[in-house]
Amino acid sequence: MGCSAFSKKNMKTKILLPFTIVSFLFIFFILYVGLNRSNIYIPETVTNEKIPTFKVKVFNSEKELTSKEIFENDIYYLLNIWASWCIPCRDEHPYLMELKKNKKLEIIGLNYKDKVKNANNFLNELNNPYTLILSDTDGTIAIEWGAYGVPETFLIYNGKIIKKIIGPMNNNLFKEIERAVK
Amino acid sequence: MKILNLLVIIIFLFNFNVSNAKDRNLNSKITKNLRCLICQGQSIHDSDTEFANSLKLVVEKKITEGMSENEIYEFLKTKYGEWILYDPALNQKTYILWLLPLLLFLIGGAIIFKNLKIEKN
Repeated sequence: MGCSAFSKKNMKTKILLPFTIVSFLFIFFILYVGLNRSNIYIPETVTNEKIPTFKVKVFNSEKELTSKEIFENDIYYLLNIWASWCIPCRDEHPYLMELKKNKKLEIIGLNYKDKVKNANNFLNELNNPYTLILSDTDGTIAIEWGAYGVPETFLIYNGKIIKKIIGPMNNNLFKEIERAVK
Repeated sequence: MKILNLLVIIIFLFNFNVSNAKDRNLNSKITKNLRCLICQGQSIHDSDTEFANSLKLVVEKKITEGMSENEIYEFLKTKYGEWILYDPALNQKTYILWLLPLLLFLIGGAIIFKNLKIEKN
């Protein structure tokens, strides 16, 4: 009786100790790896995905266009999502006006959840860099593009999104676009 | 005849409501499983940001177009990546998350089983 109790106890410690060590190491390893991994979500900005297919109304008109009709030519396109109520859009506007001078690039605006009157005032005040403006009154077209909000800019070539700018454009990003469009 | 007409109208309205309610249930089920990417710790269902409101409209539109729940998740995954889903799929990055509880359950079960056997002896 005494002997069996002893062996039972012995076996328990025999299993328990390695088991504790292994589980400790396992948890330590997972937490250690987790420490170095960032949990901040960063969306991808360099993509090679195809442009989405959709139907959209032209700003301040009843005309409807498909995505194929809009991006049909063999040039670079810059799709810029903007709104008159968006303050950072004012900051990036001079860059768009500068990019307008580039003949190989066509800038298309997507007016996001805006009123026609306010949008027109915005363009009258700061000038119009867009060759074509599309209207997205409920924000669903922006979702098709995988956008998060305004402003957001997509560089498109050959039916593919080659660069994505989330937030307003700055000097560095402006230069990157100039370099890409050659 | 009048009563028959009334009956038809009532049945029609009733059916309409049921299908509507089904769509709404599916809609809230899907939007509760979507992460609002620009707000912290909120689902699309709970959030009232411009992004969330537009996404709710898109989900509604896709449901009326006849897309299934999984098709909608797949669609949004191609646009925003896996991060938009609260319920992660089993893959290389998440297999520990999915398999660890099962493993612990089996180990615990084995320990209990062994103890019971020893006690019986």
